[in-house]
Amino acid sequence: MSLRLLIKQFGLLTLALLVSFQVVSASEEHAKEDESFNPSEFILDHIKDSHEWHVITKEDGHHVSIPLPIIVYSKNSGLNAFMSTKLAHGHIYKGFQIQHEGPYAGKIIEVGEDFHAEHQQAKEEHAHEDHAVEASEAHTEESDHQAHSEDEVYLPLDFSITKNVAMMFLAALIMLVLFLSVARAYKKQGISEPRGLQGFIEPIILFVQNDIAIPNIGEDKHHKFMPYLLTVFFFIFLNNIMGLIPFPPFGANVTGNIAVTFVLAFITFLITQFSGNKNYWRHIFATPGVPLWLLPIMIPVEIIGMISKPFALMVRLFANITAGHIIVLSLVSLIFIFKAMWVSAVSVPFTLFMDVLELLVAFIQAYVFTLLSALFIGLAVVDDHH
Amino acid sequence: MTGTLAAIGAGLAVIGAGIGIGRIGGQAMEAMARQPEAASKIQTAMIIAAALIEGVALFAVVVALLQG
Repeated sequence: MSLRLLIKQFGLLTLALLVSFQVVSASEEHAKEDESFNPSEFILDHIKDSHEWHVITKEDGHHVSIPLPIIVYSKNSGLNAFMSTKLAHGHIYKGFQIQHEGPYAGKIIEVGEDFHAEHQQAKEEHAHEDHAVEASEAHTEESDHQAHSEDEVYLPLDFSITKNVAMMFLAALIMLVLFLSVARAYKKQGISEPRGLQGFIEPIILFVQNDIAIPNIGEDKHHKFMPYLLTVFFFIFLNNIMGLIPFPPFGANVTGNIAVTFVLAFITFLITQFSGNKNYWRHIFATPGVPLWLLPIMIPVEIIGMISKPFALMVRLFANITAGHIIVLSLVSLIFIFKAMWVSAVSVPFTLFMDVLELLVAFIQAYVFTLLSALFIGLAVVDDHH
Repeated sequence: MTGTLAAIGAGLAVIGAGIGIGRIGGQAMEAMARQPEAASKIQTAMIIAAALIEGVALFAVVVALLQG
Protein backbone atom coordinates (compact mmCIF):
# COMPACT_ATOMS: atom_id res chain seq x y z
CA MET A 1 0.00 0.00 0.00
CA SER A 2 1.49 3.28 -1.00
CA LEU A 3 1.86 6.38 1.09
CA ARG A 4 -0.70 8.16 -1.04
CA LEU A 5 -3.33 5.56 -0.29
CA LEU A 6 -2.54 5.73 3.41
CA ILE A 7 -2.88 9.49 3.45
CA LYS A 8 -6.14 9.27 1.53
CA GLN A 9 -7.55 6.79 4.02
CA PHE A 10 -6.57 8.82 7.05
CA GLY A 11 -7.79 12.00 5.41
CA LEU A 12 -11.18 10.45 4.75
CA LEU A 13 -11.35 9.19 8.31
CA THR A 14 -10.60 12.63 9.72
CA LEU A 15 -13.12 14.23 7.39
CA ALA A 16 -15.76 11.75 8.47
CA LEU A 17 -15.04 12.50 12.11
CA LEU A 18 -15.26 16.25 11.55
CA VAL A 19 -18.50 16.01 9.63
CA SER A 20 -20.03 13.88 12.30
CA PHE A 21 -19.21 16.58 14.84
CA GLN A 22 -21.30 19.10 12.88
CA VAL A 23 -18.56 21.53 12.10
CA VAL A 24 -20.26 24.68 11.00
CA SER A 25 -21.86 27.19 13.35
CA ALA A 26 -22.90 24.61 15.88
CA SER A 27 -22.49 26.84 18.89
CA GLU A 28 -23.06 30.55 18.94
CA GLU A 29 -22.93 32.95 21.84
CA HIS A 30 -24.11 36.51 22.03
CA ALA A 31 -21.56 39.23 22.66
CA LYS A 32 -20.88 40.09 26.24
CA GLU A 33 -22.34 43.27 27.63
CA ASP A 34 -19.10 45.09 28.52
CA GLU A 35 -17.30 46.84 25.72
CA SER A 36 -13.86 47.01 27.33
CA PHE A 37 -11.34 44.42 26.32
CA ASN A 38 -10.03 42.34 29.21
CA PRO A 39 -6.58 41.16 28.18
CA SER A 40 -5.92 38.76 31.03
CA GLU A 41 -9.26 37.00 30.45
CA PHE A 42 -8.55 36.87 26.70
CA ILE A 43 -5.11 35.38 27.28
CA LEU A 44 -6.18 32.87 29.90
CA ASP A 45 -9.05 31.72 27.69
CA HIS A 46 -6.60 30.89 24.95
CA ILE A 47 -4.16 29.13 27.27
CA LYS A 48 -6.73 26.96 28.96
CA ASP A 49 -8.42 23.82 27.75
CA SER A 50 -12.05 23.97 26.70
CA HIS A 51 -14.92 21.72 25.72
CA GLU A 52 -15.46 23.36 22.35
CA TRP A 53 -13.07 24.49 19.66
CA HIS A 54 -13.45 28.19 19.00
CA VAL A 55 -13.01 28.94 15.29
CA ILE A 56 -13.86 32.59 14.82
CA THR A 57 -15.91 35.40 16.35
CA LYS A 58 -18.07 37.18 13.84
CA GLU A 59 -18.36 40.95 13.80
CA ASP A 60 -21.67 40.99 15.68
CA GLY A 61 -20.09 39.08 18.53
CA HIS A 62 -21.34 35.61 17.64
CA HIS A 63 -18.80 32.92 18.40
CA VAL A 64 -18.48 30.10 15.93
CA SER A 65 -17.01 26.98 17.46
CA ILE A 66 -16.73 23.29 16.80
CA PRO A 67 -18.42 21.37 19.60
CA LEU A 68 -16.56 18.48 21.15
CA PRO A 69 -17.97 15.42 22.90
CA ILE A 70 -18.28 15.47 26.65
CA ILE A 71 -17.86 12.13 28.36
CA VAL A 72 -18.43 12.13 32.09
CA TYR A 73 -18.79 9.32 34.54
CA SER A 74 -20.82 10.17 37.60
CA LYS A 75 -21.52 8.04 40.63
CA ASN A 76 -25.24 8.61 40.25
CA SER A 77 -25.95 8.20 36.59
CA GLY A 78 -22.98 6.24 35.28
CA LEU A 79 -21.33 6.99 31.98
CA ASN A 80 -22.81 9.89 30.02
CA ALA A 81 -21.67 11.03 26.62
CA PHE A 82 -23.10 13.98 24.76
CA MET A 83 -22.00 16.92 22.66
CA SER A 84 -20.89 20.12 24.34
CA THR A 85 -23.68 22.07 22.64
CA LYS A 86 -26.01 20.70 25.29
CA LEU A 87 -24.05 22.52 28.01
CA ALA A 88 -23.48 25.81 26.19
CA HIS A 89 -24.56 29.09 27.83
CA GLY A 90 -24.67 27.50 31.24
CA HIS A 91 -27.53 25.12 30.45
CA ILE A 92 -28.00 22.11 32.64
CA TYR A 93 -28.27 18.78 30.87
CA LYS A 94 -28.84 15.47 32.62
CA GLY A 95 -27.79 17.20 35.81
CA PHE A 96 -24.42 18.43 34.55
CA GLN A 97 -23.36 22.03 34.23
CA ILE A 98 -20.16 23.82 33.34
CA GLN A 99 -19.34 26.28 36.10
CA HIS A 100 -17.98 29.66 35.13
CA GLU A 101 -17.16 31.10 38.50
CA GLY A 102 -16.75 30.02 42.08
CA PRO A 103 -14.60 27.24 43.44
CA TYR A 104 -15.27 24.88 40.52
CA ALA A 105 -14.75 27.41 37.73
CA GLY A 106 -14.20 25.78 34.37
CA LYS A 107 -15.20 22.30 35.52
CA ILE A 108 -18.28 20.21 34.94
CA ILE A 109 -20.16 19.60 38.14
CA GLU A 110 -23.19 17.55 38.83
CA VAL A 111 -26.08 19.48 40.23
CA GLY A 112 -29.14 17.87 41.71
CA GLU A 113 -32.72 18.28 40.47
CA ASP A 114 -33.67 20.68 43.28
CA PHE A 115 -30.72 22.90 42.49
CA HIS A 116 -31.93 23.01 38.91
CA ALA A 117 -35.47 24.01 39.87
CA GLU A 118 -34.45 26.68 42.35
CA HIS A 119 -31.68 27.95 40.09
CA GLN A 120 -34.23 28.44 37.35
CA GLN A 121 -36.50 30.25 39.77
CA ALA A 122 -33.67 32.45 40.98
CA LYS A 123 -32.89 33.39 37.39
CA GLU A 124 -36.49 34.35 36.81
CA GLU A 125 -36.54 36.28 40.06
CA HIS A 126 -33.48 38.26 39.04
CA ALA A 127 -35.16 39.05 35.74
CA HIS A 128 -38.00 40.79 37.58
CA GLU A 129 -35.83 42.56 40.08
CA ASP A 130 -37.55 45.92 39.75
CA HIS A 131 -40.78 44.50 41.16
CA ALA A 132 -40.87 45.35 44.85
CA VAL A 133 -43.11 42.44 45.73
CA GLU A 134 -40.77 39.86 44.36
CA ALA A 135 -37.67 41.62 45.66
CA SER A 136 -38.01 40.04 49.08
CA GLU A 137 -38.53 36.65 47.50
CA ALA A 138 -35.48 37.25 45.34
CA HIS A 139 -33.50 37.79 48.53
CA THR A 140 -34.54 34.50 50.02
CA GLU A 141 -33.90 32.79 46.68
CA GLU A 142 -30.45 34.35 46.63
CA SER A 143 -29.62 33.13 50.09
CA ASP A 144 -30.83 29.68 49.09
CA HIS A 145 -28.73 30.03 45.97
CA GLN A 146 -25.67 30.69 48.13
CA ALA A 147 -26.48 27.78 50.38
CA HIS A 148 -26.68 25.45 47.42
CA SER A 149 -23.17 26.32 46.32
CA GLU A 150 -21.99 24.85 49.62
CA ASP A 151 -24.26 21.83 49.25
CA GLU A 152 -22.97 18.52 48.13
CA VAL A 153 -21.76 19.11 44.63
CA TYR A 154 -20.47 16.01 42.95
CA LEU A 155 -17.53 16.30 40.61
CA PRO A 156 -17.99 13.61 38.00
CA LEU A 157 -14.98 11.96 36.41
CA ASP A 158 -14.37 13.93 33.27
CA PHE A 159 -13.15 11.89 30.31
CA SER A 160 -14.27 14.38 27.69
CA ILE A 161 -12.59 14.82 24.37
CA THR A 162 -11.56 18.39 25.01
CA LYS A 163 -9.55 20.65 22.70
CA ASN A 164 -6.22 19.37 24.04
CA VAL A 165 -7.25 15.72 23.78
CA ALA A 166 -8.43 16.17 20.21
CA MET A 167 -5.15 17.79 19.23
CA MET A 168 -3.16 15.07 20.95
CA PHE A 169 -5.10 12.52 18.92
CA LEU A 170 -4.26 14.49 15.81
CA ALA A 171 -0.57 14.56 16.73
CA ALA A 172 -0.64 10.80 17.35
CA LEU A 173 -2.34 10.29 13.98
CA ILE A 174 0.26 12.40 12.18
CA MET A 175 3.07 10.51 13.90
CA LEU A 176 1.53 7.16 13.01
CA VAL A 177 1.11 8.08 9.36
CA LEU A 178 4.61 9.51 9.16
CA PHE A 179 6.51 6.71 10.82
CA LEU A 180 4.51 3.78 9.52
CA SER A 181 4.98 4.96 5.96
CA VAL A 182 8.70 5.56 6.48
CA ALA A 183 9.09 2.11 8.09
CA ARG A 184 7.19 0.55 5.20
CA ALA A 185 9.50 2.26 2.71
CA TYR A 186 12.55 0.92 4.53
CA LYS A 187 11.11 -2.59 4.53
CA LYS A 188 10.57 -2.44 0.80
CA GLN A 189 13.89 -0.87 -0.12
CA GLY A 190 16.27 -2.02 2.54
CA ILE A 191 19.05 0.21 3.74
CA SER A 192 19.65 2.39 0.72
CA GLU A 193 19.58 6.06 -0.08
CA PRO A 194 16.44 7.59 1.40
CA ARG A 195 13.86 9.13 -0.90
CA GLY A 196 11.09 11.59 -0.22
CA LEU A 197 9.70 11.57 3.29
CA GLN A 198 12.45 9.27 4.52
CA GLY A 199 15.04 11.86 3.57
CA PHE A 200 13.31 14.28 5.87
CA ILE A 201 12.76 12.02 8.87
CA GLU A 202 15.96 9.99 8.80
CA PRO A 203 18.38 12.81 9.76
CA ILE A 204 16.22 13.70 12.75
CA ILE A 205 16.06 10.10 13.94
CA LEU A 206 19.81 9.76 13.50
CA PHE A 207 20.25 13.02 15.40
CA VAL A 208 18.25 11.67 18.34
CA GLN A 209 20.21 8.44 18.23
CA ASN A 210 23.73 9.82 17.81
CA ASP A 211 23.55 13.06 19.76
CA ILE A 212 21.07 12.24 22.49
CA ALA A 213 20.84 8.51 23.08
CA ILE A 214 24.36 7.19 22.53
CA PRO A 215 26.34 9.84 24.46
CA ASN A 216 24.07 9.52 27.49
CA ILE A 217 22.98 5.89 27.63
CA GLY A 218 25.90 4.22 25.91
CA GLU A 219 26.39 2.40 22.66
CA ASP A 220 25.40 -1.01 24.00
CA LYS A 221 22.25 -0.16 25.93
CA HIS A 222 20.57 2.60 23.96
CA HIS A 223 18.54 0.37 21.64
CA LYS A 224 16.02 -0.49 24.34
CA PHE A 225 15.22 3.14 25.00
CA MET A 226 15.32 4.55 21.49
CA PRO A 227 11.57 4.02 20.84
CA TYR A 228 10.65 5.98 23.95
CA LEU A 229 13.12 8.78 23.24
CA LEU A 230 12.00 9.11 19.64
CA THR A 231 8.33 9.09 20.65
CA VAL A 232 8.78 11.72 23.30
CA PHE A 233 10.89 13.92 21.06
CA PHE A 234 8.49 13.90 18.13
CA PHE A 235 5.40 14.12 20.32
CA ILE A 236 6.64 17.22 22.13
CA PHE A 237 8.01 18.80 18.96
CA LEU A 238 4.82 18.20 16.97
CA ASN A 239 2.56 19.46 19.73
CA ASN A 240 4.69 22.55 20.30
CA ILE A 241 4.61 23.40 16.60
CA MET A 242 0.90 22.68 16.24
CA GLY A 243 0.17 24.88 19.24
CA LEU A 244 1.61 27.83 17.36
CA ILE A 245 -0.74 27.57 14.38
CA PRO A 246 -3.75 29.69 15.23
CA PHE A 247 -6.68 27.93 13.51
CA PRO A 248 -8.41 24.61 14.15
CA PRO A 249 -7.53 21.73 14.13
CA PHE A 250 -4.27 23.21 15.41
CA GLY A 251 -3.81 25.89 18.00
CA ALA A 252 -4.56 24.09 21.23
CA ASN A 253 -2.08 24.61 24.03
CA VAL A 254 -1.24 20.95 24.62
CA THR A 255 2.31 20.99 25.98
CA GLY A 256 1.48 24.10 27.95
CA ASN A 257 -0.97 22.07 29.99
CA ILE A 258 0.61 20.89 33.19
CA ALA A 259 -1.33 17.63 33.17
CA VAL A 260 0.22 16.64 29.85
CA THR A 261 3.76 17.51 30.88
CA PHE A 262 3.16 15.78 34.22
CA VAL A 263 2.33 12.55 32.43
CA LEU A 264 5.37 12.83 30.16
CA ALA A 265 7.69 13.45 33.11
CA PHE A 266 6.00 10.66 35.08
CA ILE A 267 6.60 8.19 32.25
CA THR A 268 10.26 9.20 32.19
CA PHE A 269 10.34 8.70 35.94
CA LEU A 270 8.79 5.24 35.64
CA ILE A 271 11.23 4.22 32.94
CA THR A 272 14.24 5.36 34.95
CA GLN A 273 13.04 3.55 38.07
CA PHE A 274 12.16 0.32 36.33
CA SER A 275 15.42 0.14 34.43
CA GLY A 276 17.61 1.04 37.36
CA ASN A 277 20.18 -1.59 38.07
CA LYS A 278 21.70 -2.58 41.38
CA ASN A 279 24.35 0.12 41.08
CA TYR A 280 21.70 2.82 40.82
CA TRP A 281 19.74 1.72 43.86
CA ARG A 282 22.95 1.33 45.81
CA HIS A 283 23.81 4.93 45.06
CA ILE A 284 20.51 6.10 46.43
CA PHE A 285 20.17 4.02 49.55
CA ALA A 286 23.76 3.29 50.49
CA THR A 287 25.90 5.89 48.76
CA PRO A 288 29.42 4.50 48.78
CA GLY A 289 31.86 6.49 50.82
CA VAL A 290 29.23 7.95 53.14
CA PRO A 291 29.54 7.10 56.88
CA LEU A 292 26.59 5.29 58.44
CA TRP A 293 25.48 8.14 60.67
CA LEU A 294 25.02 10.42 57.65
CA LEU A 295 22.72 7.98 55.86
CA PRO A 296 19.43 9.16 57.55
CA ILE A 297 20.12 12.55 56.00
CA MET A 298 21.48 11.32 52.69
CA ILE A 299 18.63 8.93 51.87
CA PRO A 300 15.83 11.57 51.99
CA VAL A 301 18.06 13.94 50.06
CA GLU A 302 18.66 11.32 47.39
CA ILE A 303 14.96 10.49 47.21
CA ILE A 304 14.10 14.15 46.82
CA GLY A 305 16.72 14.38 44.09
CA MET A 306 15.14 11.37 42.41
CA ILE A 307 11.74 13.09 42.33
CA SER A 308 12.85 16.64 41.66
CA LYS A 309 14.50 15.77 38.35
CA PRO A 310 11.29 14.72 36.57
CA PHE A 311 9.50 17.55 38.37
CA ALA A 312 11.91 20.02 36.80
CA LEU A 313 11.27 18.38 33.41
CA MET A 314 7.55 18.90 33.87
CA VAL A 315 7.74 22.55 34.94
CA ARG A 316 10.38 23.50 32.38
CA LEU A 317 8.34 22.34 29.39
CA PHE A 318 5.06 23.69 30.75
CA ALA A 319 6.43 27.11 31.66
CA ASN A 320 8.41 27.61 28.46
CA ILE A 321 5.53 26.82 26.15
CA THR A 322 2.89 28.66 28.18
CA ALA A 323 5.15 31.70 28.54
CA GLY A 324 5.69 31.77 24.80
CA HIS A 325 1.96 31.66 24.11
CA ILE A 326 1.28 34.36 26.70
CA ILE A 327 3.89 36.65 25.15
CA VAL A 328 2.45 36.26 21.65
CA LEU A 329 -1.10 36.75 22.90
CA SER A 330 -0.08 39.83 24.91
CA LEU A 331 1.60 41.42 21.93
CA VAL A 332 -1.50 40.86 19.82
CA SER A 333 -3.86 42.13 22.51
CA LEU A 334 -1.80 45.35 22.64
CA ILE A 335 -3.62 46.31 19.48
CA PHE A 336 -6.98 45.85 21.19
CA ILE A 337 -5.96 47.67 24.34
CA PHE A 338 -4.89 50.78 22.45
CA LYS A 339 -7.69 50.43 19.90
CA ALA A 340 -5.55 52.14 17.27
CA MET A 341 -4.33 51.05 13.88
CA TRP A 342 -0.79 52.31 14.22
CA VAL A 343 -0.16 49.93 17.12
CA SER A 344 -0.41 47.03 14.72
CA ALA A 345 2.56 48.39 12.77
CA VAL A 346 4.61 47.95 15.94
CA SER A 347 2.91 44.90 17.35
CA VAL A 348 2.79 42.65 14.28
CA PRO A 349 6.57 42.66 13.58
CA PHE A 350 7.22 42.00 17.26
CA THR A 351 4.70 39.16 17.23
CA LEU A 352 6.31 37.75 14.09
CA PHE A 353 9.71 37.85 15.76
CA MET A 354 8.37 36.19 18.92
CA ASP A 355 6.61 33.54 16.84
CA VAL A 356 9.86 32.66 15.06
CA LEU A 357 11.57 32.52 18.44
CA GLU A 358 8.81 30.22 19.60
CA LEU A 359 9.57 27.89 16.70
CA LEU A 360 13.13 27.70 17.98
CA VAL A 361 11.91 27.20 21.54
CA ALA A 362 9.59 24.42 20.32
CA PHE A 363 12.56 22.50 18.99
CA ILE A 364 14.86 23.32 21.90
CA GLN A 365 12.33 22.25 24.52
CA ALA A 366 11.70 18.95 22.76
CA TYR A 367 15.48 18.47 22.50
CA VAL A 368 16.13 19.36 26.15
CA PHE A 369 13.31 17.14 27.42
CA THR A 370 14.60 14.19 25.41
CA LEU A 371 18.21 14.92 26.37
CA LEU A 372 17.46 15.06 30.07
CA SER A 373 15.31 11.92 29.86
CA ALA A 374 18.20 10.14 28.17
CA LEU A 375 20.56 11.49 30.82
CA PHE A 376 18.40 10.20 33.68
CA ILE A 377 17.98 6.83 31.99
CA GLY A 378 21.71 6.71 31.39
CA LEU A 379 22.39 7.44 35.06
CA ALA A 380 20.11 4.56 36.00
CA VAL A 381 21.68 1.96 33.74
CA VAL A 382 25.33 2.91 34.07
CA ASP A 383 27.60 0.08 35.11
CA ASP A 384 29.77 0.24 38.14
CA HIS A 385 33.13 1.61 37.17
CA HIS A 386 34.91 1.34 40.50
CA MET B 1 -1.27 43.88 46.25
CA THR B 2 -0.39 40.21 45.84
CA GLY B 3 -0.61 40.75 42.10
CA THR B 4 1.99 43.52 42.19
CA LEU B 5 4.24 41.55 44.53
CA ALA B 6 3.94 38.53 42.26
CA ALA B 7 4.94 40.65 39.28
CA ILE B 8 7.92 42.07 41.18
CA GLY B 9 8.98 38.56 42.20
CA ALA B 10 8.79 37.35 38.62
CA GLY B 11 10.84 40.33 37.48
CA LEU B 12 13.53 39.62 40.06
CA ALA B 13 13.75 35.99 38.98
CA VAL B 14 14.10 37.05 35.38
CA ILE B 15 16.99 39.35 36.34
CA GLY B 16 18.85 36.31 37.64
CA ALA B 17 18.13 34.35 34.48
CA GLY B 18 19.20 37.28 32.32
CA ILE B 19 22.51 37.60 34.09
CA GLY B 20 23.14 33.85 33.95
CA ILE B 21 22.30 33.37 30.30
CA GLY B 22 24.16 36.54 29.40
CA ARG B 23 27.30 35.18 31.02
CA ILE B 24 26.90 31.85 29.24
CA GLY B 25 26.51 33.61 25.92
CA GLY B 26 29.50 35.83 26.54
CA GLN B 27 31.79 33.01 27.58
CA ALA B 28 30.58 30.88 24.68
CA MET B 29 31.44 33.66 22.23
CA GLU B 30 34.83 34.05 23.78
CA ALA B 31 35.49 30.33 23.56
CA MET B 32 34.33 30.24 19.95
CA ALA B 33 36.68 33.10 19.14
CA ARG B 34 39.60 31.30 20.73
CA GLN B 35 38.93 28.00 18.96
CA PRO B 36 36.68 28.35 15.92
CA GLU B 37 36.78 24.66 15.02
CA ALA B 38 34.96 23.76 18.27
CA ALA B 39 32.23 26.31 17.54
CA SER B 40 29.36 23.88 16.92
CA LYS B 41 30.08 21.87 20.06
CA ILE B 42 30.24 25.04 22.10
CA GLN B 43 26.99 26.25 20.59
CA THR B 44 25.18 23.02 21.47
CA ALA B 45 26.44 23.13 25.04
CA MET B 46 25.48 26.79 25.31
CA ILE B 47 21.92 26.13 24.20
CA ILE B 48 21.52 23.27 26.66
CA ALA B 49 22.82 25.36 29.55
CA ALA B 50 20.59 28.27 28.55
CA ALA B 51 17.53 26.03 28.45
CA LEU B 52 18.29 24.67 31.92
CA ILE B 53 18.74 28.13 33.43
CA GLU B 54 15.59 29.32 31.72
CA GLY B 55 13.80 26.35 33.31
CA VAL B 56 14.80 27.57 36.76
CA ALA B 57 13.69 31.13 36.01
CA LEU B 58 10.37 29.87 34.72
CA PHE B 59 9.86 27.97 37.98
CA ALA B 60 9.76 31.37 39.66
CA VAL B 61 7.46 32.77 37.00
CA VAL B 62 5.04 29.88 37.49
CA VAL B 63 4.96 30.48 41.23
CA ALA B 64 4.38 34.18 40.59
CA LEU B 65 1.53 33.37 38.20
CA LEU B 66 -0.05 31.11 40.79
CA GLN B 67 0.08 33.79 43.44
CA GLY B 68 -0.94 36.81 41.44
